[in-house]
Amino acid sequence: MTNLLEINNLSVDFPSRRGQVAAVNKVSITVAKGEVLGLVGESGAGKSTVGNSIINLLEPPGYISGGEIIFDGSRIDQLSNEEMRRIRGAKIGTIFQDPQTSLNPLMTIGKQLSETLIETLKISGSSAREKSIELLASVGIPSPEPRLDAYPHQFSGGMRQRVVIALALAGDPDLIIADEPTTALDVSIQKQILDLIKSLCKQRNLGVIIVTHDIGVIAEIADRVAVMYNGQLVEEGEVKQVLQKPKHEYTKSLISAVPSGDQKLHRFTVVDYIDGSEEKVTLENVSDHWLSKNKSSETHNTAVSVKNLSIEFSIRQALFRKNRISLKAVDDVSIEIKTGESFGLVGESGSGKSTLARLIAGLYTPKAGDINIFGHNVLQKTQKTKTSLIRRKMQMIFQDPYSSLNSRMTVEDIISEPIRFHRSTRNSSETLKVVRDLISFVGMPITALKKYPHEFSGGQRQRISIARALASRPEILICDEPTSALDVSVQANILNLLKDLQEELSLTMLFISHDLPVIRQMCDRVAVMQNGKICEIAETDKLFDHPEHEYSKHLLGLMPRMDLFRL
Amino acid sequence: MAKTDHSKSRWQRFLDNDIVYSFFTTPGAIIAASITLIAITAAFAAPLIAPYNPFDPAQISLWDGKLPPAWTDGGSSAYLLGTDNQGRDMLSTILYGGRISILVGIAAVFLGMLLGVTLGVISGYFGGLTDTIIMRIADVQLTIPGILVAILINGIGRAALPLELREEFAIYVVIVAIGLTDWPQFARVARGATLVEAEKEYVQAAKLIGLPKFTIILRHILPNTLRPVLVIATIGLALAIIAEATLSFLGQGIPPTTPSLGTLIRVGNEFLFSGLWWITFFPAIALIILVFSVNLLGDWMRDALNPKLR
Repeated sequence: MTNLLEINNLSVDFPSRRGQVAAVNKVSITVAKGEVLGLVGESGAGKSTVGNSIINLLEPPGYISGGEIIFDGSRIDQLSNEEMRRIRGAKIGTIFQDPQTSLNPLMTIGKQLSETLIETLKISGSSAREKSIELLASVGIPSPEPRLDAYPHQFSGGMRQRVVIALALAGDPDLIIADEPTTALDVSIQKQILDLIKSLCKQRNLGVIIVTHDIGVIAEIADRVAVMYNGQLVEEGEVKQVLQKPKHEYTKSLISAVPSGDQKLHRFTVVDYIDGSEEKVTLENVSDHWLSKNKSSETHNTAVSVKNLSIEFSIRQALFRKNRISLKAVDDVSIEIKTGESFGLVGESGSGKSTLARLIAGLYTPKAGDINIFGHNVLQKTQKTKTSLIRRKMQMIFQDPYSSLNSRMTVEDIISEPIRFHRSTRNSSETLKVVRDLISFVGMPITALKKYPHEFSGGQRQRISIARALASRPEILICDEPTSALDVSVQANILNLLKDLQEELSLTMLFISHDLPVIRQMCDRVAVMQNGKICEIAETDKLFDHPEHEYSKHLLGLMPRMDLFRL
Repeated sequence: MAKTDHSKSRWQRFLDNDIVYSFFTTPGAIIAASITLIAITAAFAAPLIAPYNPFDPAQISLWDGKLPPAWTDGGSSAYLLGTDNQGRDMLSTILYGGRISILVGIAAVFLGMLLGVTLGVISGYFGGLTDTIIMRIADVQLTIPGILVAILINGIGRAALPLELREEFAIYVVIVAIGLTDWPQFARVARGATLVEAEKEYVQAAKLIGLPKFTIILRHILPNTLRPVLVIATIGLALAIIAEATLSFLGQGIPPTTPSLGTLIRVGNEFLFSGLWWITFFPAIALIILVFSVNLLGDWMRDALNPKLR
């Protein structure tokens, strides 16, 4: 097999006012025809930069500082923009992460396709239309002809990504670069898209580079895999061999950090190769500590009890009632969370799981139904003081570590705010002591207190969020996709931290995730949500081994193929 | 991941800031800021640096009236930029006049900002009917040209005052008139920023802590909306100075007894066709330079604070 693309010792530098940053450092990879190469790495590894430098779309001020890129026998790293533009259309197709933004919303699908076809293949308008229909059919869009006149917003996310793939194929390219092609999509669509890319690769004898952070995607689709870390290529080889017998330390920890969906472990494998966080300090005699001195005197078996809860969001407002359109985000949901358990809520995007969490937390007011926290109805208008006391026992960890901390406050102010506001310490020196305990309790150095949030990485910010939540001395912790914005290696550490905290402080936890393996590791019981309704509630092991509802079975069938990982 | 060395002093960290860095690498910003700073310092230090006090009748002599600038025929080296019809030194009058213009501008912007940001943040945070009412008032006001609104408010303010107090309070009336004209801009920007911030998860976390609404607004939302407001305020300062000059030029603003730049231009305008060009020319140049540099500063600030342009 001859190599379609050959990258030799590629280096990419980003000059900045704080000195040169080598985003890619002497990376060499090859792709042959009919082969899918997976380029995997965590954020900042330089994997996308490699992809972008092939098609000369580096973001300024980045530039190629060394090495060569040979495509189809000739060097392409020194071509002018105009020459490169021709290659981009005709020889190399690209698929980007977000199908929402890679299509022009003001043009019909047919127009966008024929435009590309006429430009690259130099064919007439009518034959371009025929070819467009052919292309749409080949990417699995049913009844393509009438759909040519549809606009992108009339397609679903998965369909849109198919159109993007059709666009990438329009110039009849030899090489496809797909940068995180399925990250913005739900799992059920992810599998279809990956299958499509793989079959197109084999049918048309294309070279494909898949850039991704997700080992699961690699296992699903790639023939060979190249692992990048910190701008360098650390390992390369056949997928099976790399996933099952990784040689490099980094690859080993990366693979071990992927939560397993087939068995429940006590803890996640800690990846100390990557995340430079400190060891979590275990407080001695937690029961004597300030953190534990706010427990309710009365104990309830049920921490949260939700009955027939519903909420609607209006999508279209109108003067007349009949013209208004609203969406039932949560529809007649009833769950009970026992004190001390970890309750999982799983579902795809739009299933209403985050809305349900916010309803329970009191950030939204439901349209109908009841919420009881430790036996107290928090929706009734009387007894407001008691309600706010009970509400305080519930705190939340949010998904986006970048917007969940006020960037204008120091970490110390952020963590101490609830303590000072509720006057839960005797004096300011006790506050400081508690804040220090909290920050080391979540595995961060005390020096972090004087800094601002922007000085920390996503994982560290999430730890600060956790410390802030603990500062209210909660008994119920709601975690809304706490790790889905984080790299796998960091995810493992955060999940371990949450588990430890739950045990040490005997917290009740509502854990929301779209990621089934994570749910399996974290939760005692799980509820599966779809379209605002609960499909099934079961013990975790029972759900994973013997799902009853059709949708649960469907979701479980989409889990990444773990068999490839572990023998 | 940004690592900050904590041995650095506060000052070094300040210099390390991206916006400060952008300032020192943008020549236009440095020049504009220097001119603005010089203008403001000169205006406030007028009693110290001006060669004469134009408001002291003892220092004014009608014999020296209508003298051209020092470098022209008939000019006197005692009066660098010449004198006006009453014998007041132009340079001193401009310095004192600039002081009033800048003062009125800053005070008016501050008033507009206070009113606009308060209403905008309330509007954005509470939404619903409150939002509708506040923003519709702002919309209605924006349909009328700002200067007409200012003239209207100014006229009402003057008419409401007893005759003997009019001159004395004219400056405050102008400030209120311009401030009340300005607020919709601030309200719109503050409302927009509030809508964005209120959706963010740190605000939801603050709600979960149980903080009262006004604490959340003051401690969490307000500090995060100030960046765009600051940009509007700088550009608004230039506009307010122009608005004051326009009012004074139309004879609706600051009285000639304590003239602002606009008043000076108006007074000088009467002599323009008699060949006494310097009486109106120099105040006009001073006004242009002042407004231009404040505007440049505002433009730079808008770019520097816009993450998309960096």
